[in-house]
Amino acid sequence: MRRFAPARVDSTARLAQLQRAMWRVVSRPLNAASRTQRRWTDGRPTAAVAAQIAKPNDRLTALERLEIYNRMYWFRVLDSLYDDCPGLRAVLGDSRFMNLAEAYLDKYPSRSFTLRNLPARLARFIREQPRLTAPHTALCSDLARFEWARIEVFDSAARPVFTIDDLLDANPKKLRLNLQPYLQLLQLDYPVDDFILAVKQREEMSRGESSNTVLAAPAVSRAKSRRPRLPPRARTHVAVHRLNGVIYFKRLEPAAYKILTAIRRGRTLEQALAAGLPRAKRPRPELARVVQDWFQNWMRLGWFCRA
Amino acid sequence: MPANRFNGFTDYGIGIGLRIPHYDHILSRQPTVDWFEIISENFLVDGGRPLEVLDRILAQYRVVQHGVALYFGSAEAPNRDHLKRLKALTRRTKTPWLSDHLCWGSVDGTYSHDLLPMPYTVAAAKRTAEKIRQVSDYLELPIAVENVSSYTEFHVSEMTEWEFLTEVVERADCGILLDVNNIYVSSRNHSFNPYDYLDGVPHHRVAQMHVAGHTKFEKYILDTHDHPVIDPVWKLYAHATRLCGVTATLLEWDDKIPSFDEVHHEALKAHEFIAQAREAKIPAPRATVRARAR
Repeated sequence: MRRFAPARVDSTARLAQLQRAMWRVVSRPLNAASRTQRRWTDGRPTAAVAAQIAKPNDRLTALERLEIYNRMYWFRVLDSLYDDCPGLRAVLGDSRFMNLAEAYLDKYPSRSFTLRNLPARLARFIREQPRLTAPHTALCSDLARFEWARIEVFDSAARPVFTIDDLLDANPKKLRLNLQPYLQLLQLDYPVDDFILAVKQREEMSRGESSNTVLAAPAVSRAKSRRPRLPPRARTHVAVHRLNGVIYFKRLEPAAYKILTAIRRGRTLEQALAAGLPRAKRPRPELARVVQDWFQNWMRLGWFCRA
Repeated sequence: MPANRFNGFTDYGIGIGLRIPHYDHILSRQPTVDWFEIISENFLVDGGRPLEVLDRILAQYRVVQHGVALYFGSAEAPNRDHLKRLKALTRRTKTPWLSDHLCWGSVDGTYSHDLLPMPYTVAAAKRTAEKIRQVSDYLELPIAVENVSSYTEFHVSEMTEWEFLTEVVERADCGILLDVNNIYVSSRNHSFNPYDYLDGVPHHRVAQMHVAGHTKFEKYILDTHDHPVIDPVWKLYAHATRLCGVTATLLEWDDKIPSFDEVHHEALKAHEFIAQAREAKIPAPRATVRARAR
């Protein structure tokens, strides 16, 4: 039988071979019963593959010993993704979500030292494999982007806030503003911000976190029996940001989204305003007031920072 | 050892792991705790609540960094981005030493997020020690490597786990984070005497100890950190203290985490066993001779 793992480890190269062999066993998807698949990819018994790597003991076969790691790996990464994606779970249901998660992690296993980054490529995978989320692929893609944005907002950097004093001596023609690194700007095909809030509310109710304990009990059974209504398609612009450590979502008008996106791309303030307001439909004084309100609001929220 | 070059010549006492469910309690009540151990990778971020909480903790408490993803035993080279972030965090925490596991967990840049067991061979020990030295040099900190719980053994192994641990730390000239619970778990899973393990490691290199709870299944034990420490593990801890001296000790409780007071109370039980060890007169630890020839 072709050797699957080296017979000895007497060099770094052979150490790498052994680790690759064990990793192939550990990372292979589990079967429907959440056990190690009994046949290897080439049809031979997985037990024969495992026996080249591990020793049996008086209680467990080599396969059973490696199966402990195989199960722990999948339980750990699936649990992590499960926690990070409440919106996707609500749309797909737990079973379809788990199928999606397993297929995703099989194609895109973690390339980071931290589990935080596990969902980073999920939106891309959903677009690559639409059958796993059909007929809600576009909604699921938006949700994956939105849920990843929440992770980014939670612990990305914050720089010193830009103040009015920083405008002193600034040339209005050349002025460039900077957005906080944590601020995420999303253009979506679905209003998933509202959907996520509904999901969160439902989960809190099902955990009995309602302040009214009398109402909480019947709410649990209602909440478990219904998922929030899926949102209708509607172009939506959202800023995901944080304030005092708490994550918030803020709807943006399309023009405001364009201005902020242009600022993020390094355009001057003048260019950013031109990008957002190319052909103003509103009367000029009204428009000036609206834009002034936006900027005041964004300043208050601390979205602008020093370079 | 109460203070040695492997723990930055500190004498930290009994600590507990800093965990999210306890943040509010710690920040609002400011309980007296000798020190906190943080999981480094949970704080290798650029900002937000994790670092805000950490800074508030650092203003009040001593913190030691414990990692889960350096994977000294992986054949591949260390991840430079990981190391860069780790170094920045060590500057922030001023950790006197840094610990991570004697295991592997990444292959060709793909991460398992698990602590996978090593094949106990001289070649593996050489590669592992080389990486520990690289990391220690880059971070400019003493490193302590922790023995892991394991559930399998390799055909290719040439020595016992404690011989391998000795081989690695002698070659790397680094410290040991002696996890007494992990020794117990592995001793049951692989049918060896845990006291042979304790007797066989270089005691003068022990920088820190871990105690924890585990879960017993029909045919094996899993290192779950979700229970109180059982008596046989405390007895091993007392024996380890007799051999190594009173050492910075940390209780790990990572799942089904009870109240802060319950976790802290469990950790402080270590004092009883330290007292027992003292009654038995702690000898000065001897420098253990390398278990195998180079």
